[in-house]
Amino acid sequence: MNPALADELRLIGRFDAEACMNCGVCSATCPLGIEMLPRRLFRYAVLGMEARVRAESETVFSCLLCRACEENCPAGVGITENVRVLRHWLLEDGR
Amino acid sequence: MALATRDVVGILTDNLRLRGSVLPIPAKRATRWARDLDLPRGGETVLYTGMMYQLIPYIERLVGLEERLGDSPLARFTGLARRANKVFNGAGLVARPGAGERAEYDRVPANVARLLRQAGVEFGYLYEDDLYSGALAHDFGADEVVAAHARRVAALFRKHGVREVITIDPHTTTMLRSVYPTLVDGYDVRVRSYLEVLAECGLPLQTPLSGAVVVHDSCVYARYERVVSEPRELLAAAGLTVGEPVSSGRQTWCCGGPAEALFPAKAAAVAADRVEQLLAVSPDCVTMCPICLVNLRKAANGTMRFRDISEYLVDASVPVGGD
Repeated sequence: MNPALADELRLIGRFDAEACMNCGVCSATCPLGIEMLPRRLFRYAVLGMEARVRAESETVFSCLLCRACEENCPAGVGITENVRVLRHWLLEDGR
Repeated sequence: MALATRDVVGILTDNLRLRGSVLPIPAKRATRWARDLDLPRGGETVLYTGMMYQLIPYIERLVGLEERLGDSPLARFTGLARRANKVFNGAGLVARPGAGERAEYDRVPANVARLLRQAGVEFGYLYEDDLYSGALAHDFGADEVVAAHARRVAALFRKHGVREVITIDPHTTTMLRSVYPTLVDGYDVRVRSYLEVLAECGLPLQTPLSGAVVVHDSCVYARYERVVSEPRELLAAAGLTVGEPVSSGRQTWCCGGPAEALFPAKAAAVAADRVEQLLAVSPDCVTMCPICLVNLRKAANGTMRFRDISEYLVDASVPVGGD
């Protein structure tokens, strides 16, 4: 566990995953049909479950950034920017 | 099997940092489309290609190689490939499309230049200073590399006295219009897609077209930049009947292309779903993004036709053999 994970992500860029209400509209509208993305993944990040986020690296990099989810998100979560921030964080130590 | 994400992303972002493009190609190849157009160099308003259409045949070659490597034992050596790529332009060496593959994509910026000219818009071109926007590296979250690149592009705009940019594709449009202002202090370049410019000044109609097409909205145009009505207005002005697929406008369905660099099989599956939606409306589809065009065409495998919107607009507006 890394309780500071969400804070670390916010240092990279705009990360507002905590606004997610877990309603599932994003999963329902995703062209890739990935159930993990983005709501469960965001929950892992908000809860500081770093190992689980790292284990979903392929999911994070699969996202099309097409904003179908964001267009329909009732909570107005900046989903694509959150995904970009996660990508930055996942790649950070390998640069 | 996908190649190692970190290494593939690393090669592409190293290229942007070291060579100014995720897939460096010679400037004479990137600017070849303009050679017969006699466009002035620079100026207050420029047509900016961001090299997107010109890069597509090279990207396709690279993706083909990636798909073959993904299933071979060589897939384990992507780390080595990244180290080697820092020393020499490996991606540029292996991705060498033929003239025929390049011709269609080179035609699009030339189409746009002819359309703007026909509409009475005055503009120049930056030639070798028309750089890739950094869109793919931005998508990957390589923020420092993209910020440095954006500053480089902005400095070129200042050097050439550019105040307004007319873009050709959605990815360059959103980078220059919505991302660069967050990365470059004092960036105040006005950025519009040529579709917005033409919709505003009116299509210079010469030969009305007829028939029905289905329109495929780019996610980036529709959801990032709110460019939805302009392509429809232009196609209707050209004389075409525009059909809408089940997911269209701001609810458009992705072509899958953004996943292609890392996960070609996933990209193909999304594209196949979209082809089904489009084909239910018409066998003739209009695209407005080079990534959508190539990805959907590949997925359709000859079951329907895809043409860039500029091809239709040129057919309707530019006299044969003339500008």
